[in-house]
Amino acid sequence: MSVVLKAPLVVEFPFTRSLGPVQSAFLTGLRERVILGVRTRDGRVLVPPVEYDPVTAEELGDLVEVAPTGTVTTWAWNPAPRRGQPLTTPFAWVLVRLDGADTALLHALDAPGPAAVHTGMRVRIRWAGERTGAITDIACFEPYDGHRAEPTGHTGEFEDPVTGIVAAARLDYTYSPGRAQTAYINALSGRRTMGERCPSCRKVYVPPRGACPTCGVATSEQVEVGPRGTVTTFCIVNIKAKNLDIEVPYVYAHIALDGAGLALHGRIGGIPYDEVRMGLRVEPVWTEDARYPDHYRPTGEPDADYDTYKELL
Amino acid sequence: MSKEPVAVVGIGQSRHVAARRDVSLAGLVREAALRALQDAELTWADIDAVVIGKAPDFFEGVMMPELYLADALGAVGKPMLRVHTAGSVGGSTALVAANLVAARVHGTVLTLAFEKQSESNAMWGLSLPIPFQQPLLAGAGGFFAPHIRAYMRRSGAPETIGALVAYKDRRNALKNPYAHLHEHDITLDKVMASPMLWDPVRYSETCPSSDGACAMILTDRAGAARAPRPPAWMLGGAMRSEPTLFAGKDFVSPQAGQDCAADVYRQAGITDPRREIDGAEIYVPFSWYEPMWLENLGFAGEGEGWKLTEAGVTELDGDLPVNMSGGVLSTNPIGASGMIRFAEAALQVRGQAGEHQVDGARRVLGHAYGGGSQFFSMWLVGDRPPDS
Ligand SMILES: [Zn+2]
Repeated sequence: MSVVLKAPLVVEFPFTRSLGPVQSAFLTGLRERVILGVRTRDGRVLVPPVEYDPVTAEELGDLVEVAPTGTVTTWAWNPAPRRGQPLTTPFAWVLVRLDGADTALLHALDAPGPAAVHTGMRVRIRWAGERTGAITDIACFEPYDGHRAEPTGHTGEFEDPVTGIVAAARLDYTYSPGRAQTAYINALSGRRTMGERCPSCRKVYVPPRGACPTCGVATSEQVEVGPRGTVTTFCIVNIKAKNLDIEVPYVYAHIALDGAGLALHGRIGGIPYDEVRMGLRVEPVWTEDARYPDHYRPTGEPDADYDTYKELL
Repeated sequence: MSKEPVAVVGIGQSRHVAARRDVSLAGLVREAALRALQDAELTWADIDAVVIGKAPDFFEGVMMPELYLADALGAVGKPMLRVHTAGSVGGSTALVAANLVAARVHGTVLTLAFEKQSESNAMWGLSLPIPFQQPLLAGAGGFFAPHIRAYMRRSGAPETIGALVAYKDRRNALKNPYAHLHEHDITLDKVMASPMLWDPVRYSETCPSSDGACAMILTDRAGAARAPRPPAWMLGGAMRSEPTLFAGKDFVSPQAGQDCAADVYRQAGITDPRREIDGAEIYVPFSWYEPMWLENLGFAGEGEGWKLTEAGVTELDGDLPVNMSGGVLSTNPIGASGMIRFAEAALQVRGQAGEHQVDGARRVLGHAYGGGSQFFSMWLVGDRPPDS
């Protein structure tokens, strides 16, 4: 059996976030080197602040400034920082209860090693040089043996508040299409389309997924299908999709390759877009170095009878 | 022991718009939840459990938002569940909540669904570039349009039906202050003249992208007896699923949808849905899905759904009004869209639908589907408790 394919898959997107009034004040404050918490009705000060009381569900909005100094309440050493973490050298993840706050904030502590970190140690904020209104405006915390810093007495009202942020997300995967699709992909390099037949219902799955979703049994019998097929249904695409270098209009079709138990999807070419019809007989057109057919073109055969493909729409 | 009857005693929605930049996700869900509590004249303390739903986390990129939303929804110290069933999630979330009441696990449950599409990228989330696989060759409509052509071929429906549905739903939306699209100058000609994006689907026959949340308070008989306004009663509710792709899948009228509807009707004692049901809020993201689902749901025979649309039966003043609220075609915060269908059905039988109220609506269907016609969820609500 051939080796199962693998490839890296990186998924990333710059998500936007609307902040609402409380987070807006908190992040704008960081930009101005002011740390704001929110006071609950029972007098506790929550830092970072939340919009709704975790105990009573009341809406909160009474902003309170706290000090940029505080105490580590617990910690964990991070010996190998990863991409996107606050520091590039080993550091401690810490929960810091800032002076004046009743809850702790998660951040990084710049320390030479785990022996230099302990619960109860005093720390202070190291501000980032460039601040934009984001949690990264706090570069990290650092050990501090000076006096408790005093808040500036800020009200939480700012000029030009930050109302939204961009939170870039990124996930790194190793993707494998699995045994069945690897065989299918390898066959494509020889310009052959291989499906797998279900031992129970006898339908041929293309592309194969290693199991029949209807019968719930594994498939393994290799069956070559096509290369010719029938357009079972289609649409005419008049709107240019992002990242897709195809001139519009073009026809996007469901194509049932001869012998296949369900249709796959492809573009129809070699015929004016407004002459494509259900039942049109087509064959693949390959280009150099492409894994999949570039498009399908008419074979010139008579159209297939509707009854022959009506279960394959 | 029989099931506890389930009543809807509170309904709340945010005003659905393209972008709610003034609120966080928490602020958005809070609005709908507070309105539902106000409608029911209840407080957070009266809620025993919270059941929420939304489309996949990838859409807004907040992983497991239910964790962070517990504070906003008063869920601390209570059971909180999240339901995942793609576009049908608003419906299945309501049913999970309803089942907790029906099973007498909880007396009063807050259920809520939301989406903030302005902070989301659904198309990206659904079409990640997977290694070795052929890139998708068409946008969102490219998935649906071939199925619509298949329906047209199968039913012989005239090409104008899609535009008629869009024209109706957009006019209905004008009577619903919570709807996203309020196209005051809409005409049938304008719908017909809108660009053909994915032939046979025109721009005006597609749903918008919305920010919104919808909430309901579900309760038992005792809770219903204390309700300040008439409750809606669940007469039947069901979910069904099937694979997105399999040999023999019927995208025009999926088996799971037919089975789901049949289950709901059986529970409710409905034998002739066309005559016994007074209206329906059906998940129609592209206008042609109205006639398709009319058939799938048993309101019309195979190939006959478009005739109801063409004859005006599904108009607000028709014999079987469909999407009185303006439907998904006028408002689509994806995860919430199914719950809006369920809630709008309940508003109708409570007589609380305002300008888009159907006179004398006694039994109304709420329907949701999603995940490439993979998941279906439906309920039928009535103005009286079951077996009364
Ligand atoms: Zn099988």
